[in-house]
Amino acid sequence: MDLHLGRATASTAERAAVDAELGPPATRWEGGGRDRAEDGRVSYGGRDARSQRHLLLPVLHAVQKQIGWVSDGALTYVAQRLTVPPAEVYGVATFYSMLSIRPRPGRVAHVCDDIACRIGGANPLIDQLTADFGPAGTPRGDATWIRSPCLGLCERAPAVMFQLAGDEADESHAPAAANQVNAVLGGGSPAVFVPGSTPQTLPPRDESLRLLRRIGVADPDSLDDYRAHGGYEALRRALQLGPAGVIREITDSKLMGRGGAAFPTGVKWSGVASAPARPHYLICNADESEPGTFKDRVLMEEDPFALVEAMTIAGYAAGCELGYLYIRGEYPLATRRLEGAIAQARARGLLGLDVMGRGFAFDIVLRRGAGAYICGEETALMNSIEGYRGEPRNKPPFPTVAGLFGKPTLINNVETLFNVLDVILGTGPAYATVGTEKSTGTKLFCVSGCVTSPGVYEVPFGTTLREMIDLAGGVRDGRPLQALLLGGAAGTFVPEEQFDTPLTFEGTREIGASLGSGVIMLFDDTVDLVDILTRVAGFFRDESCGQCVPCRVGTVRQEEALIRIGTGRSNGSTAADVELLAELSLVMKDASICGLGQTAPAALQSALALNLLGVGASGAADTSTTPESSTGNKQRTPDAS
Amino acid sequence: MRRNAPVMLGAIRRMLDFELDGEPVRAPEGSTILDVCREQGIDTPTLCYLDNLTPVNACRVCMVEVDGSRVLVPSCSRDVEAGMVVKTDTERVRHSRKMVLELLASSTDMSLAEDAVHRWMDSYGVDIKRYGPPGPPAAAGERDRRQAGHHHVPDGLTAETVAQPVKIDNELYVRDYARCILCYKCVEACGEDAQNTFAIAVAGRGFDATIATEFDVTLPDSACVYCGNCIAVCPTGALMPKSEYDMRQAGTWDETKQDQVTTVCTFCGVGCNLELTTQDNRIVRVDSPIDHSITNGHLCIKGRFGYAHVQN
Amino acid sequence: MTGVPAAAIRELAHRYAEADRAQICWTLGITEHHTGVDNVLSLINLALLTGHVGRYGSGLNPLRGQNNVQGGGDMGAIPNKLPGFKDITDDAERGRFERAWGMPLPAEHGWHLSQMFEAMDRGELRAAYIMGENPAESEADVAHCRKLLDGLDHLVVQDIFLTKTAEYADVVLPAAADWCEADGTVTNSERRVQRTRKAIDPPGQAWPDIKIITELAKRMGHDWGDPTAEQAWDELRSLSAMHTGMSYQRLEELGGIQWPCPDENHPGSKLLHERLWADPLEGQPAPFHACEWLPPIDTLTEQFPLRMTTVRRLDAYNTGVQTDGYTSPLWERESLRISPEDARRLGFADGDRVLISSRRGAIEAPLRVDASLRPGLTWMTPHSTGEADVNLLTNESWDPKSGTSEFKATAIRVDRVTPEKQRG
Repeated sequence: MDLHLGRATASTAERAAVDAELGPPATRWEGGGRDRAEDGRVSYGGRDARSQRHLLLPVLHAVQKQIGWVSDGALTYVAQRLTVPPAEVYGVATFYSMLSIRPRPGRVAHVCDDIACRIGGANPLIDQLTADFGPAGTPRGDATWIRSPCLGLCERAPAVMFQLAGDEADESHAPAAANQVNAVLGGGSPAVFVPGSTPQTLPPRDESLRLLRRIGVADPDSLDDYRAHGGYEALRRALQLGPAGVIREITDSKLMGRGGAAFPTGVKWSGVASAPARPHYLICNADESEPGTFKDRVLMEEDPFALVEAMTIAGYAAGCELGYLYIRGEYPLATRRLEGAIAQARARGLLGLDVMGRGFAFDIVLRRGAGAYICGEETALMNSIEGYRGEPRNKPPFPTVAGLFGKPTLINNVETLFNVLDVILGTGPAYATVGTEKSTGTKLFCVSGCVTSPGVYEVPFGTTLREMIDLAGGVRDGRPLQALLLGGAAGTFVPEEQFDTPLTFEGTREIGASLGSGVIMLFDDTVDLVDILTRVAGFFRDESCGQCVPCRVGTVRQEEALIRIGTGRSNGSTAADVELLAELSLVMKDASICGLGQTAPAALQSALALNLLGVGASGAADTSTTPESSTGNKQRTPDAS
Repeated sequence: MRRNAPVMLGAIRRMLDFELDGEPVRAPEGSTILDVCREQGIDTPTLCYLDNLTPVNACRVCMVEVDGSRVLVPSCSRDVEAGMVVKTDTERVRHSRKMVLELLASSTDMSLAEDAVHRWMDSYGVDIKRYGPPGPPAAAGERDRRQAGHHHVPDGLTAETVAQPVKIDNELYVRDYARCILCYKCVEACGEDAQNTFAIAVAGRGFDATIATEFDVTLPDSACVYCGNCIAVCPTGALMPKSEYDMRQAGTWDETKQDQVTTVCTFCGVGCNLELTTQDNRIVRVDSPIDHSITNGHLCIKGRFGYAHVQN
Repeated sequence: MTGVPAAAIRELAHRYAEADRAQICWTLGITEHHTGVDNVLSLINLALLTGHVGRYGSGLNPLRGQNNVQGGGDMGAIPNKLPGFKDITDDAERGRFERAWGMPLPAEHGWHLSQMFEAMDRGELRAAYIMGENPAESEADVAHCRKLLDGLDHLVVQDIFLTKTAEYADVVLPAAADWCEADGTVTNSERRVQRTRKAIDPPGQAWPDIKIITELAKRMGHDWGDPTAEQAWDELRSLSAMHTGMSYQRLEELGGIQWPCPDENHPGSKLLHERLWADPLEGQPAPFHACEWLPPIDTLTEQFPLRMTTVRRLDAYNTGVQTDGYTSPLWERESLRISPEDARRLGFADGDRVLISSRRGAIEAPLRVDASLRPGLTWMTPHSTGEADVNLLTNESWDPKSGTSEFKATAIRVDRVTPEKQRG
C-alpha cells in the first residue's frame, strides 16, 4: 500500500513508545533508517505489512500511556509502522474515549458519574473537584479531571480511575474522596486497591460458593497458590475427556452464555469445533462495561488463573491455538493480574506450543479496550481487535462461521468461562442439577445502589429478586424502595409485585425483563429517577458507535425528549413527547444493527410503563397542557457537563 | 478484506423458493432480499446502498420483516433463504422507514438529496417538526474536535443537527457536511471498493462521528487524489464538484437546461465511460455510468475534472 | 543486473506462478527502452511458462496511454497493416481493400514515427500531415526533432490546440475534440470498441476530423460525399472481419464489444488466447523468445553519473496541452526528483535550481528531494515543457522492433546554475 504520510513527525519519545511495543522498524518503508540498500529496490508495503493492523490499538495505547496523548506525528509514525492509512488510524484513535488526540495533561482522573456512583456520592465529589480544579477538563498543571461512564466499581461508589502518563501504573480507586483525587493529581501515588467487594466471601464464608470459591482465599498473584486451591484440575480432566468429551459435558450441562444473549454454550463450542475453515480463534469477552456491572472484574482481579485455565480448556475443545482476552481499558488491576497470570502460566508450560506436555498448542493475547462500551458487542470487539473502529458487523454471518479475521471464532464471556471449570470438574449432568430446568448452574449478580451490602452475589438460578435484596441486607438505612433496575442501563425496571419472580432466563423473559449482565440496582425514595434516566440516555448517546441511524440519531432524540419531559418544556404536550419516545423506542429496537441501539430505550420505556417518572407510558394519565404541572416537583435544569 | 474477490466464472446457482409479501417467489441463491424486491418492482428505499459498493447496512432504511427474526433485517445485505417469509409493507416496516428518514431529516440538510429520497420522505409521512426547531449550527471545525464519550447535555429545546460551515479547500470539490448522513459510501469509494486511497475515514463516535481526513487536515494535505468517486456516490449533495457548487451559489445551475451524453474518456486506454452533463454548450459536471462494467461508475481526476480544455 | 535482491525476485516468481489467477499489467516503464520489445517478450515468456494466459483473470495487459492507441492500430494507422491487422504486403488482403476503395495501395511497409524522423534527416521525407500529436514536445531528443520539422517543405497540423508542433506548420486545421465534440468510436486496452458521442459544439471554425478529411479529399478531386461517423464505421465493418459484428446499435446495447466480433450474433471476445488451452492444441503453439539482456544505450559514466527516467503524474497528461486548463490541487512545479543521498553528496538542498545535462542537451529546473528514491535514480515529467523541456535530455535511440525511444533511461549530471549566488 502506497501510504500518503503527512509532514508531522514523531518525537523521539513517541517513536520510543511505539518501538517499545513493536520493536525497531525493520525497513525504511516502516520508518527505519535509509542505510539498507535493498530497501531502495524492494517495497514492503504488501499484505504481510498490512497484516500487522491488529497491533494498532495496543500501539495507540502505548503512545497514550507514555506521552499522555497521541499527536499527529505519533499517529503518522504508527501509520507508517503498521502500513495503515493515516486517516484510518485517526478514525480508530478518535473512536475511544481513553485516547486523546489533543494535548492533555499527563495525570487524568476519570470520575464516574454514572448511575450507581450518582447515588453513591459522585455528585459531592464532582462538586468538590469543580471547586478545586474548575469544570471537567480544565487543566491545572499537568493534571485534570473528567467525567466517566461506569468504571465497574459500583459496590464501592463513588469511583475514580487515574490514567497516568509515563511509567506510573494506571489505577482505579473506590470509594474515592476529593482529597485522595487531589493528592494523586498533585503527583501522589494512586491509592492501593482495597478488596472487599464480595460480601458473600467475607467471613463467615458461604462454603457452597462455586464461581467465587477462590475469591479472597487464593493469592491472585501466585500460580502455586492457585494450584493449591484446585487450579488446573479442570484442564487435566479436560485432557482426559478429549475435545469431544469436553464439548459433550458442556452440552449436557445446559450451560447458557452469561453475556446477556443466553445462547447455549455447547452449541457454540461444537459449532466452532466442527467449522472447516482454519485457524479457529477463541475470544474471552472481558469488556464488562454495562453500567452497574462489576462481577467479571471481581473474578479477574481475584482469580485470574481460573480464566486462563478456562480459556485453555475452551481453546483445546474448539481447536483454537490462539485466544484473545479483550478486557475493558478501565480495569487496570484486573489487567495487571491477568498479565501476571498469563506470564506465569506460559513460563510453566500451561500455555504455549505444548500445553502440559500434551502436545496441543494454546496461547493467550491480552488486549485492552480503550473506553468504548460498544466493544462489548461481540462483532464490534472483533473489529477492535483487528485494528478497526469498534463498529458492530451485520449478522449473519455469525462469529462461529466468520468471526475474528474472518475465521470461525468462539467468543465467551468471563462468567461463562468460569462456569466451564465448574462443569468440567464435575460432570455436565451434575452441573445441570443446580438451578432450574432451563437455567442451570449458579449466577453472579451485581447488587448495588441503595442497598446495605452492595457486592457480587452468587446464587443458584431461580433465586428471587426479593431473596437477592434480603441477601444484600435490604434497602440502605431502611428507606422505602422507589425502584429496582434489573440488567443494567440496558435493562428494565421491575415493580415490587414481580419481586418473587425467579431470576432465570425464562422467568425474567416472562415478565418482559432480562437478566442482562446480572445487575440489580436499588433506588430508594430519595433518588431522582429522571436524573438517573437522563444519565442513562446520555450514556447511550455517548456510547453509540454512530454507524446506524436509529441508534446514532435516536439516542440524541431520546435524550432531548426526556430532558424536555423532565424539565417540563415540551414543545407540544408531554404526551406528545412520551409518544415520540415510544416511536423512537420502536425504531431503535427494530432497526438498530446491534444490541446497544436495541436496548438503549429499554430502561426508559419500562420506567414510563411503571409510571416512575410521573408521566404514564401513554402519557394519557398525566396529559396536561401546562407542562409544569405534569412533572410536578421533578422539574429541573439539566447540568451542562 | 471483508468481501470476496469478484469472480466472473458463471457458477450455476441454485434457485430458492420463498415468500415475498404473500406471493411465492424464486430467486437464485446469493440474491439479497433487496435484489428480489427490485426485480419484483417493490419500491424499497435505500441510502447507504449502491450497486457498486459493498453493503454497509448502516442507514437501516431498507429494513423488511422476516418471519422468525426478532428484529427487522436490512434487505440490502441479507441473502434470501429457501422458505423465508419476507414482508416489506407491514406497520413495523413502515414505521422504521419513516423514523429513519425522519431522524436523518431532523438532523441533516436533505434538500439536495436524490429525488427518490424526497419521494420516500413524503410517502412515509416524515414530520421533523415534532423534534423541535433545529439547534444552532456548529462553528467551523467544532464537530471535528469532539472527544468520544463526552457530549454537552442538551436542553431539549432544539433538535441537535450536524449543521456546520461548508469546507472549501481546493478548486475541484467542496464538502458540505451539514448534508452528510454518514452513509459511509464516500469512505468505501475512497477505500477498498474503488480507489484504494483511504484519504478519508469515519472518525469520532456516535452522533459526533464525522467523515474526516487524518487530523482533519485539508484535502490538499491529505492522501486525496481527487478522483471524485466520493462525489459520485454521495446521495445528499454533501460532496459536490466546486463548479456545480459555485453555479448553485450563483443561481445559474439550471437542470431544465441540462443534457446528459455518455462518451469515452480521452485520457488513457482504460476506456472509462463519461456521462457529461452539459448546460449552455458547456460541460458542467462529469460522472460515469454506475452500470458500465469498465469502471462501475468510478473515474480518476483527469476523467472527472480534466475537461477544461474543451470548455467554450 | 537489477539490484533487486534475488530472494525477492524468487519469492515474487513463486507467488505469481502459484496464484490461481495472475495478470501482468504494464505501462511505459517496460516499453520505453531500446529493448522494449525484449522486455515485453520476457513477460510473455513468464506468462506462457506459468499458464497465466487465455483464462479469465489471467493474461498480459499493456495499459495504453491514450484512449485510442489500440483503435489507431485497429484502423490501420500503423505502417505495416491494413485495418483489422491484415498485412499490407498480403496481396489478397490488399486486393480486397483496393477493390473496395477503387484504387491501388502501396504494397510495402511504410515508415514508423522514428523512421520518419530519420527519413526527414536524410531528406527523403519532405512533407508531413500531423493529426493530434505533438512531437515538437513529446519526442526524445526534441531539439533534433524540432530542427527536422523546421526543415520540412510543407507541414500540416490538425489538432484541437495550437501546439508547439503547430507553430512549425504551414497550415493548421482546427479540429473538434473527438471525445465530446464529435461522434465516433475508440478501442481501449482490452480491445473493447466503444462509442464516443458529441455532447457540445466545437468552438469557432473547428470541424470533426472526418469532415476535415472529406473536405480535403473533395478539394483534391475525390468526392467521398459527406459521410457520418457511422457510415465510415460501417465501411470498416465491411472490410475488417474482427469488427464486422459491431454495429452502432450493438455497441450501444452491449456497452462496447471486444474484438474479434465476426458477426452480429457474436458476443465479442473477452479472452484472446483461449485456444492455447484447447486439447488438442488448435493452431500453432505460442512461441517462447530468447532475450538477451542489454544495458541502456545511455551508459552511466563519471561525467553522467545519474540515471534519469521520465514519469507521468496522475493529474497531468503527456505534454500537458489537455490538462493545463484545470486547477489540479495535485499540481506541482516541474522539478528533478532526486534521492536525499544524492542531493547531500552533491551539496544541494531541496528547492535549489540546478543545471541538468545529458549527452544531448541541458535544461534548468529546481531539485526536489524525494525520500522514496534510491541513490542514483532521478525523475522528471514531460508535462510542463514551458518549465522544463525534459525531452531536450532524453535519448532518441529506439527499439529496432517497436520504434519506441528510450525515454526511461537517460544518463544525466546535475550542476549548479550560478555557483556564486548559491554560495552567497
